[in-house]
Parts: sequence; structure tokens; C-alpha cells
Amino acid sequence: MRGLLCLLALLFALPALAVEPSEILPDPALEARAREIGRSLRCVVCQNQSIDDSSAEVARDMRRAVRERLTAGDSDGDVFAYMVARYGDYVLLKPPFKAGTLILWLGAPLVLLVAGAALLLAARRRRATPIVAPKPLDEEERRRLDALLKG
Amino acid sequence: MRRLLFILPLLTLALMAGFFAWSLTSGRDPASIGSVVVGRPAPKLDLPALRPGEPPLTDESLRTGKPVIVNFFASWCTPCLAEHPLFTRLREREGATIVGIAWKNKRDDATAWLKKLGDPFKLAGLDLDGKTGLDWGLSGVPETYLIDGAGIVRRHYRGPITERDLNETILPFLKGAVK
Repeated sequence: MRGLLCLLALLFALPALAVEPSEILPDPALEARAREIGRSLRCVVCQNQSIDDSSAEVARDMRRAVRERLTAGDSDGDVFAYMVARYGDYVLLKPPFKAGTLILWLGAPLVLLVAGAALLLAARRRRATPIVAPKPLDEEERRRLDALLKG
Repeated sequence: MRRLLFILPLLTLALMAGFFAWSLTSGRDPASIGSVVVGRPAPKLDLPALRPGEPPLTDESLRTGKPVIVNFFASWCTPCLAEHPLFTRLREREGATIVGIAWKNKRDDATAWLKKLGDPFKLAGLDLDGKTGLDWGLSGVPETYLIDGAGIVRRHYRGPITERDLNETILPFLKGAVK
């Protein structure tokens, strides 16, 4: 019974967020959008946490700014633009697709493509080489083989 | 063709070794988050004065035709304590114009801190809720901005400034030698 309770508790546990009750907007729809945005914004002092996960001072300011912008009627895109204007692309947990990030986005597919092509080429070449039947032994070879087998 | 394939691992090794050597020697900091304000006009400034009876901080405070140093600090911040003597020196020996902004700091705490350590700031503002810090792309304190006479941000230091920053960049900047 206790095991079952533990399992249930684990299953229904919510991820720990740093969003404090006092920050939550009264409008649930707006708050949901704020959460969605907060999940994709990177905290600028903790390397790889979203601002919703981070309890850093700056992350709190950023969460508040997101909610202020949304309340003022900004679209999600406007809010992201607002943050990028202040902190650069660094704040986006999902980096944008542009000239500077081409290698990031296309590097792995490119390697896959090149490696796949190389494999295909090798396989095709192997198939192209015909399997030749071995040459029959000549007199000298046959005598040596006989001697070995007898010995 | 086949022989070329045998060189491939060596080539990869050489490429990686080259990258690592460059990373170690070029001073590249992978933890650096960069700054987008550098090269742009200084962000908006509209803050109440920290010291009672002084005029508020506005954009005009930064567009004086002369280089200005803007320093975000707080009395609760230990690295600020470390860099503080450098600002005192800049003020006293070089006559630098330094604007201090107390970030998320109670007014009394910030003024008491300055009274104790000496006050190098020509102008000082109070950013109690951190909104101005956000506009400036601040990630914490201390951070320091070098702003030229035209109001363009030329350098942005995250973390305390050091003796080396002072000698290599800040002093030449004050003399107009750093663009």
C-alpha cells in the first residue's frame, strides 16, 4: 500500500518551478502563455536553466518583465524580441536559424548525408566487383599439396 | 584513395588539437554570454538619485561629450567590494566621470556602503526593482559599461573590473584611444 502511494506521488509530482505564487497572473490564459515563453527563455546567469526553473534574481526580473509585456498586450514574438534586444540570442534556449547558426542546425544532417553517401558508394562498388572462381592448381602446386596432406 | 582514408583519423586529430590549442591560448571564454549593447547607444536611463537632494539620472547624464563609466553595484555584493578601490583611483587620479547605479539595494544600505568605502560617483542612481538593469542587459552585479562622448557603449564588463582592465582598456578609453 505504501509502495503504491509512493508510486502515485512520483507519478503525479509536478516539476519544481521557481515561479513564485506572487508572480502568477490572475488571467490563467495569459499565465499559460507566460509559462510557455518562460520555458524557452534562458536564464543569463545559470548557463542552461530556463527562467522558470531558475531562482536567480535576474531570472525573476525576466519572468516579471515577460508578464508585464503580455499584460500590456504584446504577442509572444514581441516578448522574445524584447528579451533578444537586451540579452541577444543567448536568451533563446532554441537558437534561431540564421547565417551564424547554420553549422549548428545543418552540421549533423550534413554529416549523416555525407556518411550515408559514402556507405552507399562503398556498397555499390563491392557489388560491382564480380566474384571470380579460384584458378585451378597447376602441377607444381598439386604436388606440394599432396606432400603436405600426406606428411 | 585508400591511403587517403588512413590519413583521415590523423587529420581529425590534428583539427581537434588545433581547436583545443586555439581555445586555450586565444582567451576565448565559453562561459561568456556576450553583450548586445556594445556598439549601440546606451540604453534608456531614468532613475531617481541615490543621494538625497541630487537630480535624477537621465539619458542626458550620459551624453556629456566626454567618456562616462557606468557601474552597477550593490552593498550586498562582495565582488563590488573588490573593484571599488579601482573606481576610487579612477576618480581621484584620472578625474573620470563615473555614474554609479545601486541595483536591488535599499537606499540606506547603498549610501552607508559608499560612506564607509568612499564615494567615487559623480552621479548616482537607484534601481531598486532592477528594471533599468534589464534594459541594460544586466546579468547581475557588478557590471561596468564604458560609454563614449557620443553616448555609444564601447565596452561591457560582466563581473568586477580588474587592474588589467584598468591599464589595458579603461585608461586608454578615457584618453580617447579605444574605439
